[in-house]
Amino acid sequence: MTAGGAAPPIISARGLTITFGHGADAVQAVRGIDFAVPAGSCFGIVGESGSGKSTILRALSGLNREWTGEVTIDGHDRSHIGRRAFYRLLQMVFQDPYGSLHPKRTIDSTLAEPLLIHGIGDRAERIEKALREVGLDSSFRFRYPHQISGGQRQRVAIARALILEPKILLLDEPTSSLDVSVQAEILNLLDALRRARDLTYVLVTHNLAVVSQMCDQLIVMNRGRIVEEMAVDALMAGRTSHPYTTQLLQASRGYDRQAARELKTFD
Amino acid sequence: MTGSPATTPRGPRGGWRDWLLADVPRSATQAFLGRFYLGWRSFARNRLALIGLGIVLLLALLAAFAPWIAPYDPFAQNLGQRLLPPSWAHLAGTDELGRDILSRIFHGARITLYIVVLTAIIAAPVGLIVGTVAGYFGGIVDTVLMRVTDIFLAFPKLILALAFVAALGPGIDNAVIAIAITAWPAYARVARAETLTFRRADFIAAVRLQGASRGRIILYHIVPLCLPSIIVRVTLDMAGIILTAAGLGFLGLGAQPPAPEWGAMISTGRQFILDQWWVATVPGIAIFVVSLGFNLLGDGLRDVLDPKAR
Amino acid sequence: MADTQPLLEVEDLSVRYPGHKGWVEAVRGVSFTLGREKLGIVGESGSGKSTTGRAIMGLIRPPGEVTARRLVFDGRDLNAMSERQKRSLRGDQLTMVMQDPKFSLNPVMRVGEQIAEAFRIHHAAARGAARRRAIEMLEAVRIRDPERVYRAYPHELSGGMGQRAMIAMMLVSNPRLMIADEPTSALDVTVQMQVLGILDDLVSERGMGLIFISHDLNLVASFCDRILIMYAGRVVEICRAARLHEARHPYTRGLLDALPRVEARQERLPTLTRDPAWLTGATIVDEGAEA
Repeated sequence: MTAGGAAPPIISARGLTITFGHGADAVQAVRGIDFAVPAGSCFGIVGESGSGKSTILRALSGLNREWTGEVTIDGHDRSHIGRRAFYRLLQMVFQDPYGSLHPKRTIDSTLAEPLLIHGIGDRAERIEKALREVGLDSSFRFRYPHQISGGQRQRVAIARALILEPKILLLDEPTSSLDVSVQAEILNLLDALRRARDLTYVLVTHNLAVVSQMCDQLIVMNRGRIVEEMAVDALMAGRTSHPYTTQLLQASRGYDRQAARELKTFD
Repeated sequence: MTGSPATTPRGPRGGWRDWLLADVPRSATQAFLGRFYLGWRSFARNRLALIGLGIVLLLALLAAFAPWIAPYDPFAQNLGQRLLPPSWAHLAGTDELGRDILSRIFHGARITLYIVVLTAIIAAPVGLIVGTVAGYFGGIVDTVLMRVTDIFLAFPKLILALAFVAALGPGIDNAVIAIAITAWPAYARVARAETLTFRRADFIAAVRLQGASRGRIILYHIVPLCLPSIIVRVTLDMAGIILTAAGLGFLGLGAQPPAPEWGAMISTGRQFILDQWWVATVPGIAIFVVSLGFNLLGDGLRDVLDPKAR
Repeated sequence: MADTQPLLEVEDLSVRYPGHKGWVEAVRGVSFTLGREKLGIVGESGSGKSTTGRAIMGLIRPPGEVTARRLVFDGRDLNAMSERQKRSLRGDQLTMVMQDPKFSLNPVMRVGEQIAEAFRIHHAAARGAARRRAIEMLEAVRIRDPERVYRAYPHELSGGMGQRAMIAMMLVSNPRLMIADEPTSALDVTVQMQVLGILDDLVSERGMGLIFISHDLNLVASFCDRILIMYAGRVVEICRAARLHEARHPYTRGLLDALPRVEARQERLPTLTRDPAWLTGATIVDEGAEA
């Protein structure tokens, strides 16, 4: 459960910098950070809005190509991985279940698309298998997204991400839009899938309880910088060192009149 | 939520409905038809829309069966029977060459339908492609394509069509091309606006992450989302297209005589309008009714297809 | 609870909408009373918590139907009131704060002007007086530069600022009761704390009642005095906030168990199995948390 020092990092970044805009309007969303994700672990990136956490995922996945620094994925320099090979290595699950499935395509069509793009056969079997693995039966195949619930849509999104059999899954707040009871099911599912398939997860969230439940280690980000790195045991024991993390942890415990008065902003 | 097989039909009608509305569609076709059926039911609740659809279907039927249902040959002249008022023999009267106006109206429906369908087939795909490409690629591609669109949009439609027909020569096919050239920019705008809405959606990002090429994304993922707006827009535009065609015909630049094009009929009927009003008025009514029909149909389609209404 | 008369009395409130297959009951027989306290209404999506808030405000429009045996606010019977009378109450004595200021503030009007307008609707006041009052309210929600925020448009403000402006607008008439529907769900955790702190102070200073609607159990437990837990349109449990973790209804227990915790992880999070009996059973009421 703890990150073994022996496991080589499957993702490593050095000096990762992501800037939006140009010239006078340029904003540095991520400012030269370093981190390493051990293979087979669940790596948490925690922060509030504007911290840069989702931006990192978009850069790693290639949705955003404008970043500088050295990034290595599965032993290869990120900029040298061919596109097709890359998408069979790394996939992403998005936050909003209502926006991540094409509204006019059936579930079957959504799951078939990656197979069609990569020329993979046996589509019907693979789709049925993918649905089973996320706990949905084949009755879901020809439904449209608006006919199924948020939790079910998220399961479809996970099935879609895993149908190409990647090694790494990037998860951008996968349960933030879901009800508590549904969140528990999805977290259990994600955990089970990771162990069964020996996947590596990079999980972005603002919810420290989810981090404790799912991750092995985490980094805490604020305004584009990493303010703290810790193993999850330290988080669970409350052994935070940076005052920002301490404040975040305090806030996650619920409302406290005194604490609310003493909130500080960190830059 | 495990599916059960479609209920056993209680009778042919019961069976079809149950199959279409089945909770668990068993195939892509069933799912698609089911949605289509629900859309149809929603559409059919709107009486005016049904009237519009009826008018359009009537136009299509007249056009298809004109040679068989027209009481007279539209080209048969009979100078002894010129300018007769509407009567039982000639329900819409006769024109200045003794030709039965009603038969000419029926045959003119073919020309109208031809113009309308061909314009839509040419202009809509062009507008769709230009709009989605401009919207998706952004940057310099967007700027160039939109400025080209703006140039076309800057001219009033009839003037632009006139200019093209003048350059290409009069005739029905050139009229179609000219009108199509004036119609596509509006569709490009609509398609671009829709594309901009969806470009940043997570489901598009997901498909990019699967390795889809930009062409694939535009064609298979963005175009289907733009189709409802384009369909509505084209239908509502039909009235304008008919009027432009009639305008060209009126000016002698569309279908050439003796073709029974409605606009040309109004033009020749002008000189008789005071004493033999039916010669110009009957084709005018035909144009009015068909334009109205397309408008009603377009409104009805918009109510059904507009995602915000759902 | 120094006052003898409760601020709000709700008895057997129901809201239903016509659907394709008959009536859909969004709220079924909800009953509770509210004094000068903070009452939390917690539930998942579809539980009817937001609809309850809107029904009390009178914001449910036909074809939705609202029925209640008793709906009494500050001694006044809302059931017997005309729409016009209800309108004079709304925004004045009875106000509502919603989730996202991006959607609840008018995007084409300056923020300060919206607050001033809210004031002028219910009080005959000159523009200058209304403006001064708006600035006062912006100061009351601890906005450091109220003049700047007065002149700003909603999209120019951050989430937390926008929400504070919304609260200022809803407090401008010194209402007796405020209903807050997920007021902090769209905000970052630390900003959430800040806004709640402001709300907490304002509620105690003015002796207001507050109904706090949320899906976040822990937040409601730490902020409110009493909690109503809703499921499928019904209230299944009422308890004191401090004793939420001793709740007895299986749904409440199920929700509490399904929550991940920072201090410890579990092999598998217990998932909720919905019992159809919850749709009809009696409400469990904790002593000391009388309805």
